Amino acid sequence: MVVDIIISTLINGSIYSILAIGFSLVFGVARIINIAHTAFYMLAAFCIYAGTNSFGLHPVLAMGAAIIFVTILGLASYKLIIEKIRVHPAATIIATIALAMIFQEIMILNFGAEFLSVPVLVEGFTVVFGVKITYQQVFTFIFMVILLISVWFLLMKTKLGLAIRATAQDRETANLMGMNESMIALVTIGISVGFAGFAGAIVIPLTVIHPHMWLSPLIIMMAVVVLGGLGSIKGSIIGAFIMGLTEAIIVFLLPMGSFLKGSVALTILIIVLIIKPEGLFGVSIEGE
Amino acid sequence: MNISILRRIGVLFLIAGIFFSWSCSKAGDSNVIKIGVIGPMQYSQGKGHWNGAELAMEEINSSGGIKVGNEMKKIELIKADSNEIASITDAANAMERLITQEKVNFVIGGFRTEAVLAMQDIAMDAKTIFISVGPASAELNKRVKEDYDRYEYFFRGSPLNSSYLVKNSFIHLGYIAAVLKKTLNLPAIKVAVVAEKVQWVEPVIAAAKSTIPAMGMELAGIWQPSQTASDVTAELSAIQRSGAHIIFTVFSSSVGVTFVRQAGELKIPALMTGINVEAARFDFWETTEGKCEYVITSANYLENITINETSKKFIDAYRKKYGEMPSYTAFTHSAISNLLRTAIEKAGTLDADALIPILENLKVETSSGTYKVDENHDSIWGPGYSIIMAGQWQDGSFKGIWPNNWKASDNAPAISYEGVAPVKFPPWMIEAYQ
Repeated sequence: MVVDIIISTLINGSIYSILAIGFSLVFGVARIINIAHTAFYMLAAFCIYAGTNSFGLHPVLAMGAAIIFVTILGLASYKLIIEKIRVHPAATIIATIALAMIFQEIMILNFGAEFLSVPVLVEGFTVVFGVKITYQQVFTFIFMVILLISVWFLLMKTKLGLAIRATAQDRETANLMGMNESMIALVTIGISVGFAGFAGAIVIPLTVIHPHMWLSPLIIMMAVVVLGGLGSIKGSIIGAFIMGLTEAIIVFLLPMGSFLKGSVALTILIIVLIIKPEGLFGVSIEGE
Repeated sequence: MNISILRRIGVLFLIAGIFFSWSCSKAGDSNVIKIGVIGPMQYSQGKGHWNGAELAMEEINSSGGIKVGNEMKKIELIKADSNEIASITDAANAMERLITQEKVNFVIGGFRTEAVLAMQDIAMDAKTIFISVGPASAELNKRVKEDYDRYEYFFRGSPLNSSYLVKNSFIHLGYIAAVLKKTLNLPAIKVAVVAEKVQWVEPVIAAAKSTIPAMGMELAGIWQPSQTASDVTAELSAIQRSGAHIIFTVFSSSVGVTFVRQAGELKIPALMTGINVEAARFDFWETTEGKCEYVITSANYLENITINETSKKFIDAYRKKYGEMPSYTAFTHSAISNLLRTAIEKAGTLDADALIPILENLKVETSSGTYKVDENHDSIWGPGYSIIMAGQWQDGSFKGIWPNNWKASDNAPAISYEGVAPVKFPPWMIEAYQ
């Protein structure tokens, strides 16, 4: 059972961390709480469905196209809506909720509210220490590790990363030092939404596509970022694995309570907000 | 200036007058029978509601209508999207609109128990006959029992209530366990119960705890994922660890798709049976990318099984018009063609109070078998009445596998429906246990 719990934690934790990193990054840099983050994850899933079913694209091509499309849509949403109101956090939250609802309704209009699916990249499973894991889950974990290394490289080894970190630490000073804060925010939004699209692309072949599918991961992702600390990449990753571990423990030790996963996430969120509102790792991207 | 204002007021009165006269003519049109069809129209369940009703309307209207006393009246359907899967408030508003604005004579449909409970109250307040086609909770008819004067306008159309559904599903389970035991030469059968966390499922869980051991099988465990869970691999790992030979599912939402898909991908060596509403859909093979092979679930309509002539005619007409098998919510066809039509023609009136005693005593063939209600207006289950069949996905087709020489009691005659197929087992399961 311990092996089952560890493997389940790694798989689920990796999925949550991909979503949470994007959400946290954009908060850290642009101070935007983007509730529509998981709606982009949902949009990517529908794009892949449309790509494979309506345009006959290979799933890999459809995934690439979906990530690009969702990233462009995210950038457009930022330029047309969010940028104009980002100085008002409450307005930004409301606008992004509205945006997510609009995306949801558009998907219902276009695809109906049926449950849809896309094929997996590679069929089958492997057995690790007696636990069956699908190849898609293995890919998810590998992609997550690659993504984490890429994020680390981007933030720590490139000028853009330096600018992102500087902006995250102090926007005004970064501006005074000649950095185009607005452009950096735009780039960060692009990366963030790209992550959401990427998460949708690699997770969706194992589950079901429907217009309300953004709500459930939103709750867990919010709990993860609050636990890890809003704006902290490291916190998001650790928070994601803590959440994955909690869920695995519930399923294996309390099978009749496995529906409580969402409630547990919300409980963790509330407890952290009361005891340690800044989360485990503060509010900004670490300089390590 | 004054003339201009007077003109504007005049125009406003004219518009109001036209609108008022249109509203009155609409509400007061007594040449048609207005039937409200309520359901989640963006979902397959709602589409089933509408398609079944639409087919009934076309058949009835093309034959001249329904005879009400001395005159023939045609049917007019009013579609109401309840959006009940997402919002109970929307469902209540949709029912309110049907009754107060559209002034329908009857309402058929509904899907989610929690929403139908709210809809039921609105229909009862208006003393409008409401035939449910979708929800399974026994709570709906418990209200008729406890407060007949208020809830007498409610009748269960389909499916059977959750107690009967469960009883029927346990009979399926017993049949499959017996075949499994014999085929794989297993000394004892272990059953894992996986049920989503919703209201109608609670009695099923309670029944499973006592019934499965009483049937001589071991209960390997009970898992209750969220109805919208997008990942159940942890649950599947735990089920495999439990050594279950059969997974008894109780699903009506998206988790039913996710569970089947992930179980198929992981080739869990256990046979799925029970209730999985999504698995009874004609397009489930495509939705699961073929991972539903060998999955068994309760079903109302099956391609290879003929229940009666009414069912055969309905399925043929439905497939011809919509190019697919009907879902269980398409029983709206029988609700109109067999229940309401027969009752109205017998009563010679659309008056709800006159129709109630007729519906209470009605015994009529429908697409799901012989329909009759008990004293709580709940449709009766059992041999000679409606029973729920079991279907299994085999090579891309949803084939009926039960009833197959089923005896309701030791002395009862064996029941088999024409065309029933044998149960198949996944090769990875045979490999695991032989």
